Amino acid sequence: MGFKETGIITYEELVEKQLIPPKERLEKGPIAIAECPEEIPCNICVNACPFHAIKMDKIYEIPRIDPEKCIGCGVCVPQCPGLAIFVIDLSKPDKAYITLPYEFLPAPKKGDKVTLLNRAGEPIGEGIIVKAWQYDKTWAVTIEVPKEKWFEVRSIWIQRK
Amino acid sequence: MIDFSRGRKVKFYYNDKVIEAYEGESVLAALYAIGYRVFSYSPDGERPRGAFCMIGKCSSCLSMVNGVPNTRICIEPVREGLRVYSQKGFPEVPKVEEVVEAETIVLKPDVLVIGGGPAGLQASLTLAEYGLKVVLVDEHFKLGGQLVKQTHRFFGAKKFYGGIRGFNIASKLSREVMDNENIEVFLRAYAYGIFKNGYVGVAVRGEKPLNLLVRPKAIVAGVGASEKMIMFENNDLPGVMGAGGAQTLMNEYGIKPGERALVIGAGNVGLIIAYQLLQAGVKVHGIAEIMPKIGGWFVHAAKVRRYGVKIYTRHTITKAIGRDRVEKAEIAMVDEHFQPIPGSEKVFDTDLVLLAVGLQPNYAFFSQAGAVMKYIPELGGLVPLRTKYLETSVENLYVAGDASGIEEATTAFIEGEIAALSIAIKLGAGNNKTIKKREELLDYLWNEYRKSPVVMRACQGKLKATVSEEEMEKIRRGELDGI
Repeated sequence: MGFKETGIITYEELVEKQLIPPKERLEKGPIAIAECPEEIPCNICVNACPFHAIKMDKIYEIPRIDPEKCIGCGVCVPQCPGLAIFVIDLSKPDKAYITLPYEFLPAPKKGDKVTLLNRAGEPIGEGIIVKAWQYDKTWAVTIEVPKEKWFEVRSIWIQRK
Repeated sequence: MIDFSRGRKVKFYYNDKVIEAYEGESVLAALYAIGYRVFSYSPDGERPRGAFCMIGKCSSCLSMVNGVPNTRICIEPVREGLRVYSQKGFPEVPKVEEVVEAETIVLKPDVLVIGGGPAGLQASLTLAEYGLKVVLVDEHFKLGGQLVKQTHRFFGAKKFYGGIRGFNIASKLSREVMDNENIEVFLRAYAYGIFKNGYVGVAVRGEKPLNLLVRPKAIVAGVGASEKMIMFENNDLPGVMGAGGAQTLMNEYGIKPGERALVIGAGNVGLIIAYQLLQAGVKVHGIAEIMPKIGGWFVHAAKVRRYGVKIYTRHTITKAIGRDRVEKAEIAMVDEHFQPIPGSEKVFDTDLVLLAVGLQPNYAFFSQAGAVMKYIPELGGLVPLRTKYLETSVENLYVAGDASGIEEATTAFIEGEIAALSIAIKLGAGNNKTIKKREELLDYLWNEYRKSPVVMRACQGKLKATVSEEEMEKIRRGELDGI
């Protein structure tokens, strides 16, 4: 079963589509990963990137993120119409930092405890919001998660009454 | 995603009961908000019917409004003192003394644009840029078409509003159209047909009804599409709703359509509605998709999957269960002939069954006009044949947007502009630059945008519907049927 049957993309599928940056680059510091494996007619990320790190010749091509140019600023995260871009930071020893798009209530704020969800929406632990900012009502939320869960975590529920 | 600002409070009457509503709402939305779910009955008066399309296309909300029977209350704006009665079975013919005489007005603009959605708005603005006088009519009480309920940021190139949320595009373009002195807008205006000497009849409803007789040099008909229905037991039970209907409630009026939903169809519409339901705080049991694969774009599927929404591929709905409204719904796995497999049924407690099973182009205007039509499954149904410049076999009648075959709003903008440029060229308002601009747009549309593999099916459909100018001449002369 592939992502078109399940709606969930695997590590192997992302590697095959050349959407995972090299391991050394991942460990060096934050970098954007576009989980955008289909050739859809969209190039919003290309224009969103202030560092011209995302390349696409025809509008339907899969975005190519230049691992040298991308600094993992996350500007593209809330601008992607498909909410498909995540920034991953594996440069710290015990924790991973993930910046993901968020469009639900309550609004996120620094210090909020969150339930971590995987690509199937299953809870897989807890994390904490270390940064949250918004662009045109979509939030970019940076969460601190256990390092080994960096690939699994792709969304959050905020634990607040 | 949306900041709702409620209008002034108004009171109207529903079956003689006082109803409080906010200006800017439809009668149906106001009633839905306070708990009404049944809006009509089957012709025999036995089966209750709920809201379905909510854009004035189906017959589920036909009511008597200020003495006029069979009025669609989903596109009827609330007003102070309005008297609305529900209908059961066939309505009585209104008494003659209650009828207001409609004033007849003859208009002779350069172009009549029918439909104020993405295609019509873009066409109107482009035509106006060339100094052409435009009359734009739309049957709803506001402009924007289905853009008004799209909350996601649009995909695609910046030139065609990529990166802007649909409802924001709608308000931007509507404002530009309203402010443009070359464009005259009529709302609640239904173009019912094209008649002798090229007159188009347009009925404008309201306190002062008008009978417009518009004689344009050219027409752009961006008349959109309607939601499809599928067969299953109790598919008329209130609570079975078009996905677009639920979007209207949530995203136009800020009304939660229900508590627990089941979505049928995992195309983009089904995936997007599931996400919007989650945002509105509705529990989504899952999405049933009859095909073995998810039809919509992966990014839309991933958005709902990561909030726990299951997508049941190879599944279809077999029945809705409930007395006066949906209480449960049953889905089943299908075999290779798309027949439900006994024993595979799953039942969900749900009060909403949202159908996202495809759209069908609105063809009535073109058929009435005598345009040569072709049934193209890839495009959702019957569409007029057209040249690449979007002119149909009825000379000077152009088609654009979903009416030309179901695609995306982005292509509707592009088609609207191509049709407008073609008219400008034909009417002598354009120049070489106009021709160049049109060629660039055609090139982008056919050689770039539609080359994306995810829109391949629609692209094939559009190819089937497009004939060369020579072929179109032959079709017009009756030497070729074109079908």
